Order: sequence, then C-alpha cells, then structure tokens
Amino acid sequence: MVFSLDLLAEAVLFGILVGCFYAAVSIGLSVAFGLLDVPHIAHPAFMVLGAYGTYLLGRYGVDPILSGLLLAPLFFLLGVAMYRFYYETFEKRGTDAGVRGLAFFFGIAFIIEIGLVLAFGVDQRMVEAAYIGKSMSLGEIRIPLRLVVAFGTALLLTFFLSLYLSKTFTGRAIKAVAQDEPALRLMGANPVRIKQWAFGIATAVAAIAGAMLIIVGPVEPAMDRVYIGRTFCVVVLAGLGSMSGTLVAGLILGIAESIVLTMFGASWAPAVAFGLLLLVLGVRPQGLFGR
Amino acid sequence: MTPILRIQGVSKHFGGFTALDGVSVDVAQGERFGLIGPNGSGKTTLISCVAGAQRNEQGTIVFDGEDVTRQPAYQRTRRGIARSFQIPRPFRSMSVRENLIVPLEFVVHRRSLHRADVHGEAQRILDDMGLGAKADTPCDQLSQVELRKMELARAMAARPRLLISDEAMAGLSGSEVDEVLKILFDLNAKGITIIMIEHIMHAVMRFSQRVVCLDAGKIICEGTPDAIVKDPQVQKAYLGA
Amino acid sequence: MRFWISLLVILGLAGIAAGVMKNEYYFFAGYVVLQFVVLATAWNLLGGYAGYVNFGTAAFFGLGAYIAVLLIKAFQAPLLVQILAAAAVGAALGLGVGVLTLRLRGIFFSIATVAVTIIVETVIINWRYVGGATGVQILRPQSTWPFESYIEMLFFVALVLAMVAVIIARYIQTSWIGRGLRAIRDNEEAAECSGVPTLKLKLAACVISGALMSAAGAPLAMYQSFVEPVSAFSLNYSVSALAMPIIGGTSHWIGPVLGAVLLGTVQQVVTVTISSELNVLVVGVLLVVFVVAAPEGIVGLARRIFRK
Repeated sequence: MVFSLDLLAEAVLFGILVGCFYAAVSIGLSVAFGLLDVPHIAHPAFMVLGAYGTYLLGRYGVDPILSGLLLAPLFFLLGVAMYRFYYETFEKRGTDAGVRGLAFFFGIAFIIEIGLVLAFGVDQRMVEAAYIGKSMSLGEIRIPLRLVVAFGTALLLTFFLSLYLSKTFTGRAIKAVAQDEPALRLMGANPVRIKQWAFGIATAVAAIAGAMLIIVGPVEPAMDRVYIGRTFCVVVLAGLGSMSGTLVAGLILGIAESIVLTMFGASWAPAVAFGLLLLVLGVRPQGLFGR
Repeated sequence: MTPILRIQGVSKHFGGFTALDGVSVDVAQGERFGLIGPNGSGKTTLISCVAGAQRNEQGTIVFDGEDVTRQPAYQRTRRGIARSFQIPRPFRSMSVRENLIVPLEFVVHRRSLHRADVHGEAQRILDDMGLGAKADTPCDQLSQVELRKMELARAMAARPRLLISDEAMAGLSGSEVDEVLKILFDLNAKGITIIMIEHIMHAVMRFSQRVVCLDAGKIICEGTPDAIVKDPQVQKAYLGA
Repeated sequence: MRFWISLLVILGLAGIAAGVMKNEYYFFAGYVVLQFVVLATAWNLLGGYAGYVNFGTAAFFGLGAYIAVLLIKAFQAPLLVQILAAAAVGAALGLGVGVLTLRLRGIFFSIATVAVTIIVETVIINWRYVGGATGVQILRPQSTWPFESYIEMLFFVALVLAMVAVIIARYIQTSWIGRGLRAIRDNEEAAECSGVPTLKLKLAACVISGALMSAAGAPLAMYQSFVEPVSAFSLNYSVSALAMPIIGGTSHWIGPVLGAVLLGTVQQVVTVTISSELNVLVVGVLLVVFVVAAPEGIVGLARRIFRK
C-alpha cells in the first residue's frame, strides 16, 4: 500500500473526472427511475449496447462522440417503444406489476448481455480516436486526454439536460408528472405521452453515455452489472428525483472509487459502488437531496 | 374517565412541507368523533400517525393509557386500533372471506390458532355486514360499496376498540351512504369508538357527537356539529378567504 | 397424505433407478436439475409468496460452495457438516441483507441482492486460502455404501435437499405464514394494519430462502471437484432461480418444481447439443415471454384450462 500526498491528489483528480462521467451515465436512470419510478434495471445494459454500437460505427471510421450523437435518436425511439410496452403490459394492470416489472427488465438486461456475447464475444473491445492514447500534463500529473473528453461531454450533457428539464415545457411536465400526475392530467397534458418522452430521452442519453464509456476504456458485455451498482448508487445517493444531486453524488462515488483503486488495487474497485449503495440504503435511504 | 385516545403536540413534516403542526386532541371512550377539513389539511396524515402507518416527528399518541408513539402499525392493531383506507386496499389474490381471515389469524387468534374456527367467524362477520353471500368471491369482482363494506368488515375482524373510518363513503350514492352510516352506528352501539373522516357533510353532522376541523395542519375549531357549521373560521377554510 | 406418499414413491423410484442405471451421466444431469429445484423453490419463498425479487441467488449459492471449500480445506469436514454450515451462513447473509433493505421498497432489496453478489464474489476472488481467482481443486473421496459412486450419493443428497425445500415451501404456503406473506405481497400497508408483522415475516422468508440456497451450493465443491469464483457465482444461477418459478408458476409450491425440471432439462439438452451461451439465452427469452404473456406460469395456465 503506497501512500503519498501526490498520489492522493492524483487519485482525487481522476475521481473528479470519472465521477462526472458516472453522473452523466446516471442521469438517464435518474429520469427513468428517480422521476418515473420505473424499475429500469436494464438501463446500464442499454448503455453498454450503445458502447458496442459506437464500436461498430468506429470500425467504419466514425468518431465515437459522433457515433453517440447518431445513435441517440435511434435509442430515443427504442426507449419510447420500451416504455409503451412496459406501461401496457405492467403499469396498467397494477397488482403483481412490481415483481413482474422487475423480472422483465432483469430479463431484458440479461438478453442484451448474452446477445452481445454471441455477437461480439467476451473479449474487450475498444475504439480509436485522436484523443485516445494521448495525455496532457497538469503540473506534475499526467491526465489521459480521453478522460478529459469524457468529462467535458458529461458536463455538457448534464448541463443541457438540467436546462431542458427546468426551462422547456415538456421538461417541466416531466418533473411535474413525477410529483403530481392527476394534477397534470387536469391541466390537459397526457401523462403517458410525457412519461414515454422522458423514457425516450433517458435511453437516448444512455447511447451517448455508451459512447463515453468506450472512450474512457475498453468494454465487455458483462459491464452492465457493475454499472447497475454505480448508477443506482449515484441515483440513490443523490436522492430520487434530484437532478442536481446526481452530479454531487457522481463526484463522491468517483473520488471514493479512485482512492480505493489507488490504495487497494483494481480488484476491490467494483465493490465500492455497491458498498456505498448499501451504506446509503442503511443509513439515509432518502439520499442527500431526496424528496 | 380517561380518553381512549390522547393526541398531544403531534407534528409531521414531509421535506419542507409541514403536514401537521402541534395537533392536540382527546377522543373519549365510545365517542362518535368527526374529523373534517379541506383537502391537504392533514386529516389522513393525522390518522396515519395514529394507526402507525406514518411516524410523527414530535408529540405523543397515547391509546388507552399506553404510549404507542414508537410502536409499529401491526402492534397498534393488536392493541385495538383499526383503520379502513380512503381508497380500498383489498388483498387482491384472496377471496372476501380470506381477507378477513388475515386479521383473525394475526390479531384475534394469534395464540390459539389450532382451536379457532376462523372460517366460521369470518362468515359471521360478513353476514352481519350484508356481504355473506359474497364470501367466496374474489375481490376484483366486488362493486365499490361492497369493497367499502369489506374494508370495514376487515377492520372489524380485528376486534378493535377504536375504528378509524377514512372517507368510507366517498363516491357512494345516497342510499349507499345510508347503508354504511347504519353499519357505523351499529358498531358504535356495541361500544366501539369511531373516528370518521368525511367530506360528505350531512353524514358527518348526523353521525358525530363532536367534530374537529383541521386546516393546514392545525386544529381551527372543535365542538358540536351545530357549532362547527356556524364557525366563521371553518367556513373560511372551506370556501377560501 | 397423498403428498407424503408421493415423496416416498419418488425416493423409491430413485433408489431403483440408481440400482439399474449404469450410465453415470444421468446422475450428473439429475443432480443439476435437483439443485435447481432447491434454488427455484427457495427463491419463490420470498419472490413468489412475498413479492420481493432476489437477483442475487448466485451470491448465496456460491457462498455455500465456498463455505464447503473452507471446511474441506480446514477440517476435512463431512458433507453433512458442510451443508449445515453453508445453510447457517446463508441464513446469516439473508438476515443481513433483509435487515438492511426489507424496510424499504422492493426495488432496493433487489438492487441490494445484486450488490451482495458482486461484493461476495470480490471478497472470494481476493481470498487466496480458498483459491482466489484461480480456483481450487477438491479431491472427491471414494464412494460410501450403499452407493456405487460418489456421484450417485451426491444425487441422493440433492434429492433429499429438494424434498426438504418442497416440504418447507408447502408448509409455508398452506399455513398462516403463507397467508401473511400473500397479504404483504398484495398490499403491504393493509397487511400491517391487519396485524401482520410485515418486517418479521419478510425477514423470516429471507432467512429461510438464503439458508436453502446456500445449502444447495455446498455439494458443488464435491460435485465439480474444482471450484472457481466466476462459475460458482455465475449469473445463470440468478437468472434461472428467477425464471423457473415464473415459468412454472409462483403461487404454488409445485410451480418452481415444474419450472426447474422443465427448464433444467431443456438447459442440459441445449448445452450438450448446441452451445452453453445459447442455452442461457433461451432461459432469458423464456423468462421475458412468460412474464409478459403468461404471468401466472404453467400452474396458472393449467388452472385456466381445467376450469373449463
């Protein structure tokens, strides 16, 4: 266990960069689960799907970030269809919906994961771009450029989504439907259409998150599992329904993971997100900024 | 005589919103007690705190001399507090009779299950309520008024000393309201204290011996039905400033 | 009465088959199917009866296998001790997870079970005494009378475990415990107000479920002769333990048994004839199909057919 102040500073810096990425990845879940209350365990699987889509486009020379943006509208439609199906099959009928809904998304996540294994194999896949492989220097510390790119994209994504949710009519409707659905109906808006739209946006964001995922590092089909931990950790730590909290929570997780990684090695890092999640659930289940 | 229910200084917050603000009121044994107030005034929150579904942050709830503030809901039910829900919550996978067997098994006959005839007892309670013929029907085939009656029957199966009826008559027709009211009068005649939350004013006024009006988490008026109706603060709360 | 007679008959038939059967493959395959009967039945105690979905069956199962490994390496403990110890640890884990999350909404319990799988797997990977990431070899002892081979004995152990699981499930289902759990599943708040001690019952179901799952994992060490974390904590166990009751039917104890026998057999056939990835995909697809189209499973379909 090597420990020095320089190493700690470097770990914190990496943690901030990665943490912002985690926040961006979790924003989609914050909408789907935090606001819409859909038990969307499969959200990280869609992100991994987006990562592989980026890989495929990358084989034709398309830049990863561009791939993410190209895939986003496709994923948007996918998200809309998925929510519609979920609503018709489960939410409408009440009763057993909880168990079945969960089992459904679990099944979907599983099918995506195995599908990716069958299509691409279990080996890791990467993309190439101008900014991957190079580093920049900040004083004594060398920062991989790809982390900075992911950080920047994540920040922009979080910023624009927050803006959308607070400034546009549809965005505010999405927040409203989470708080008071009957009131929204009385105002003439159709809650199902709004939830559909929100779910579509959440899935589109997953596509862009997937692009960032493969920029940050190589991907493999089973990655959705550890990201279930990370994204739910961020969403729960932030507090269900809090968008701004997602950024703070992401940073906390990123820094915690980075420090553990530096002090104890890579094999312990995946457990940090889940450990933190269990801690939050046990101590303060409403999160930092929860409703 | 000690009141059967003593609520003192009860406060409850949801995030930044104050649902209950220092509510104190006593309910006498065997009383017919009405609780009114505009939407959002805190009526359901108050009785949720009494029944144990919610926990109040401040104040105490004393039932029949015992401080139940920290007790979970199921223990309060076993002590004698029962409630029906505003929107009926039947056990959907069970028949009407089975719905009643749950409180019979978990409250009344907890320690003597092998000796008890829970099926027969459930049937008798249903017969008293006028639901006897529907005992084996699955819940999703009941009408609204039948569901409300089943809610009350299930609450009664636990042999409570205090029954909280939360808007049991909402959405019912005139004759159906009378049916439910008669059931509540009969129960009270057997010695059960009843707290009624209702928006149907004529029902509350006919039924209650004493009425309390809540607004924005505070009690604004307490008295006989006649006095309440004439109180200017109550009128303001309902009709607006 | 019929139930107990059926159990004796099955035991008898198995005994005869064991005497007659010379091909050991059937004991290997039978063991796997019986193991899934235990896992599916255990899962259903919490998932089907109470409505709390456990995604982490693999954690309990793998933990059971590794407790067995630990006891073998440290004390050369006999199989029965391994199973009992595994059950105890599984019960403790179920209690821990339950106390932490059963007070909250169902989805948080489910996510906690995913967490537990990864955390337990991570701990085992970093624990060199039980083999760490590379795994550990277990020497299978010679067979004991009256069995001709150790595998035959393991098959019977699995059969007994499956019967124990089914006996427990049937008792819970038909007793006041089952009614309480169903009330919790249908409407937890109303159940609590009807006098059901919801937290205590949920914890009890979680503890029993965990104990059975870990007990099912204990013989794995002897069965495979080699234990390593990736396969012991395989996602397939979690998905199967969930899919089998849903496909078979969650409201009755026979549902998980049906699901396990059917799906387990299909899995064995597909793995041998096509590929093991495809086999796992089949499970996932069947799960989604049944959850959407036939939520009450085979039991539900049968009930509807026989009502006409």
